[in-house]
Amino acid sequence: MQEKVGNPPKDGDFKWVGTNAIRPDGVEKVTGQARYGADLNMAGQLTGLVLRSPHPHARIVKIDTSKAEALAGVKAIITSDDFEEQDPTLAAAGEMMVNYLDVSRNVIACDKVLYEGHALAAVAATSKSIAKKALKLIEVEYELLPHVIDPVEAMQADAPILHEDMITAGVNPPPEKPSNISKQMEFALGDIDKGFADADLIIEREFKTQPVHQGYIEPHACLANVTADNQAELWVTTQGHWIVRAHCARLLGWDISKVRVTSSEIGGGFGGKTVVYLEPLALALSKKSGRPVKMTMSREDTIRATGPTSGAVVKVKIGASKDGRITAGQADMIYQAGAFQGSPVAQGAMTAFAPYELDNVKVTGLDVVSNRPKVAAYRAPGAPISEYAVECVIDEIAGKLGIDPIDLRLKNAAKEGTQTAYGPKLGPIGMIETLEATQATEHYKTPLGPNQGRGVASGFWYNIGGQTTVMMALNEDGSFNLTIGTPDIGGLRASMALMAAEELGVDYKSIRPIIGDTQQLGYNFLTGGSRACFSSGMATVEAAREIIQEACSRAAKLWELPEEAVDYKDGWIRPAGDNAGAHEPISIAEIGRMAGKTGGAIIGNAKINAQGAAPSLGQHLVDVEVDPETGKVSVIRYTVIQDAGRAIHPAYVEGQYQGGAAQGIGWALNEEYIYGDDGKLQNASFLDYRIPVASDLPMIDTVIVEVPNPNHPYGVRGVGETAIVPPMGAIANAVADATGVRFSELPMSPPKVLKQLDLARAANDADLKM
Amino acid sequence: MKYEAPQTLDAAVRLLASESGQAKVLAGGTDLLVQIKTDVIEPDLLVDIKGIGEVRQITEENGGFRIGAAVTGAELEENAALVNTWPGVIEGANLIGSTQVQGRATMGGNLCNGSPAADSVPGLIAAGATATIVGPGGTRELPVEDIMLAPRKLAIAKDEFIVSFYLPARPAHSGDAYLRFIPRTEMDIAVVGAGVNLTLDEAGKITAARVVLGAVAPRPLLVPEAGEALIGSTLDEAALGKLATAASAACNPIDDKRGTIEYRTKVAAVIARRTAEIAYQRARSN
Amino acid sequence: MKHHISFTLNGDPVEALCDTDQTLLDVLRDELDMTGTKEGCATGDCGACSVSVDGRLVCSCLMLGVEMNGKKVESIEGMADGDKLHPLQQKFLEHAALQCGICTPGVLIAAKSLLERNPDPTETEVRYWLAGNLCRCTGYDKIIRAVLATAADMRGA
Repeated sequence: MQEKVGNPPKDGDFKWVGTNAIRPDGVEKVTGQARYGADLNMAGQLTGLVLRSPHPHARIVKIDTSKAEALAGVKAIITSDDFEEQDPTLAAAGEMMVNYLDVSRNVIACDKVLYEGHALAAVAATSKSIAKKALKLIEVEYELLPHVIDPVEAMQADAPILHEDMITAGVNPPPEKPSNISKQMEFALGDIDKGFADADLIIEREFKTQPVHQGYIEPHACLANVTADNQAELWVTTQGHWIVRAHCARLLGWDISKVRVTSSEIGGGFGGKTVVYLEPLALALSKKSGRPVKMTMSREDTIRATGPTSGAVVKVKIGASKDGRITAGQADMIYQAGAFQGSPVAQGAMTAFAPYELDNVKVTGLDVVSNRPKVAAYRAPGAPISEYAVECVIDEIAGKLGIDPIDLRLKNAAKEGTQTAYGPKLGPIGMIETLEATQATEHYKTPLGPNQGRGVASGFWYNIGGQTTVMMALNEDGSFNLTIGTPDIGGLRASMALMAAEELGVDYKSIRPIIGDTQQLGYNFLTGGSRACFSSGMATVEAAREIIQEACSRAAKLWELPEEAVDYKDGWIRPAGDNAGAHEPISIAEIGRMAGKTGGAIIGNAKINAQGAAPSLGQHLVDVEVDPETGKVSVIRYTVIQDAGRAIHPAYVEGQYQGGAAQGIGWALNEEYIYGDDGKLQNASFLDYRIPVASDLPMIDTVIVEVPNPNHPYGVRGVGETAIVPPMGAIANAVADATGVRFSELPMSPPKVLKQLDLARAANDADLKM
Repeated sequence: MKYEAPQTLDAAVRLLASESGQAKVLAGGTDLLVQIKTDVIEPDLLVDIKGIGEVRQITEENGGFRIGAAVTGAELEENAALVNTWPGVIEGANLIGSTQVQGRATMGGNLCNGSPAADSVPGLIAAGATATIVGPGGTRELPVEDIMLAPRKLAIAKDEFIVSFYLPARPAHSGDAYLRFIPRTEMDIAVVGAGVNLTLDEAGKITAARVVLGAVAPRPLLVPEAGEALIGSTLDEAALGKLATAASAACNPIDDKRGTIEYRTKVAAVIARRTAEIAYQRARSN
Repeated sequence: MKHHISFTLNGDPVEALCDTDQTLLDVLRDELDMTGTKEGCATGDCGACSVSVDGRLVCSCLMLGVEMNGKKVESIEGMADGDKLHPLQQKFLEHAALQCGICTPGVLIAAKSLLERNPDPTETEVRYWLAGNLCRCTGYDKIIRAVLATAADMRGA
């Protein structure tokens, strides 16, 4: 049972925590030796390729694989017939609940294809060119169906229906006819009508955002090897190999113990690699062919057919008294789920007003399906959308009331004890601290030039803990092996080793951290929800303390003292209290050397369901310059101010802040999915799906605020996700400051900005500044 | 798919002429390889011309420059004389793609890819460049503005290819520039591109002007009215205004994922003006 | 019929068999097992496959294997000298200029090419040179700092 591991020590006392140690997995990454999903090969492996639907919506009448099977070099072909029929049982994966029937049908279509790019068959052949030829020989008869892309259109009574059994949940009485609305939900606090009645100013706006892809540079890839008796090995780039194991075993009808999954190094995930695409296919092909099967996804398929995050329509209505106190906050949200239910509308609803202490809140949400890829998690799923909308209206209120936007937020800031609309009361959080730190930056005071504007926005993400197991071993020479189970997406191993070194009082370099496979540890939930440093860190500390306790016990026995009579400090064990000085101190390394003779190997095993994850609050401050003749928005200065609780490795914390900001900048200015009237994606490449390039961005300055999380031994808060929440609001507010025009649609690409400016010019809009 | 790397112009022409299937000329390959990879085309034969001396050289000729069609953007940028004389042509070629792409991409390929948004073409047309084309019948010359007829449609037969471009001798007080509008700062296909080439007299009055727009019509567009609007002026506001109007009026763009008709038409005016201003500054300092 | 190609890779002579449509990237990864060079897009838009060929920075996905005869290729595997890291590699570690690391080989090759040509680049020059190397994790900030710091170090500044 997990003991209380809170009460983080005061800062300034650390030797390792808070230093920018070189990461233990760094050299292999800068030399090209690190192995990612597509970097492993096995003798005799086959190449697996996926046949994807060219149509956005169609019934599969017939799939004839006979000609493809007859092609020399083709060793196996699979369709949905090769998978078990699933119950629609809900299970947790990341911060979203998944329906296994939907998972299996998304992995390989059955009866219907629901989006362009939907997988419906896969082949394994002795070469890529033969596999390509084989795909062309698979004959599919489709009955084309009308399609719908936009979620609002998908809600109309005459919209094509994707799932004949979709009856909107959360509506009482339930509707009689199926629709594309899978569920309706609501969070409420207080009395919203009274809140608006008390307001001196009410602003109501509608916002629209587009789906955006996580944009990881490494496409999906895996290598599967299955014996005839279902002993399966899978090498895969993933954020959660226990999740992959669970999904694959389930879809294939195998015992979980038979599936051993190793996570490769991962080239970016951001939530998009918390689900399965190729993996069940590769395993099924390997089983059927009796050979290893390697599958990699092209960039085009990655953008076209894997889950981006939702696009949404969000109506926000906020009431405030004239002294700046928000009296009511309401949001009505329509989130698009893609072809299967399960958008992050609930998380969006939970977080929309979470940075603020409000008495009256009402948030409703609809989850709507349409003929596009099923959405997957993307860094703080749901929150960037809802908080963007709220932060824009808050900014507008501040402007109309003549109150500094940060002062307005300070007046309403959530703090310890605030009752959230979605349930819990908050522990200590850093909303006020980060707001004050923002006001204190030099950036905030720097004057702006012509055509420039400044914007600020707040962001909240709750962060999670969850099931975590970790094993640590004291080696016979006094060095340590640390095995954790959360894939390292950017500096985690360094942070784990820093915490372990701090606990043990030994040199950071004496600890070798690795990510274990699913055979080597008990269950680990995935790297997501900003949980890895928090949860694996907590477990690592516990494992280290177990080793310390055992080491002390061994020393005590040697000295024939009771266990409580020895002390451990900085890697040394000494007799304590009245026995102090009775024996020479003994190092933990020496204990390691003697372990075999004093009772056997010394290990620490932690198995926890990490509790006490605490939210991270952040503020983004951005200056933009708008070209009045072209509508192009350039980001010229950017500062992220965010609460990390405790920055175990400050440079990697800064890296999370900067990376989240950059993704948000792309989301705000240029990223979107462009579909034609034919329901086909037009920009499935990095050429036209425009993520920020190095020349688009300025340096991204960071301020790490530390309001320690009392529930973690070092005070850690997850930081990765909060960092993507404020950028769109901050940039929209900056553009409004520069132009005098408010924008309510993302991305704020040049044509959209210019059009709004021209409309304002034509209307002689008094607020227009350019 | 067959691959041949002939060492002479004649050998290359013979290969192209005798191929019964689809033959494609390979220079930098930065468009061709992508089209093959994404199954847009499936050529039967690739004729790699990079081993042929004439397509890879830059030589001074009669006061002008003869540039091999398969000289890369990076190599162009390293030629100080070219950069000094024709900065607009060179900057166009060096806006294609990325540093990596510029290490391979060529002006011949950029033109023959047949995209109206090609970055190196407006500058070449504005410069009054001519292309030397080789085929079974020998060589012929065409002004660059006559090479592209429509998207992916060229005035070059399947057994011909461009050997070199000729940039004529430059009068004093001349300057050129290429600018494009893209949503990011790099890596995008031009939404609108403009190449402007100006010659001034001693007093700074424009005596010759060629204005070319890219990405706003089925092919890069030489806009005579826009050039005429500048003649006799010192690029004052009135002249710039007329230039902008002429530029927008000449636009005949499409709506596509990179820009709308409305947006391209508006921004063409802005970009034409800005490009003319840079060309004018360069001309004044020459 | 496959082509038999021979070229120099990181100073060593190598040979391989390849089809016409196999790119240099395919040859490196699939025929020579040199997986340090990464495929992010296969269409020249991301730079993860960057190598130097005859001293020129290129995308290996935009060159055919069959074009490689006689050429000198430098990939990430050749950047360190045995167990001595190149100053760029060392600085990237010190500046935490990588998070997931998938773009890192391409960025290092590109940065090395820049510093060979321009030992004193400005921040803007570094950013525009590296515009063809997409990174989704870092926001480029620490990458740029690491390159500038390396340039200063190598100049003895």
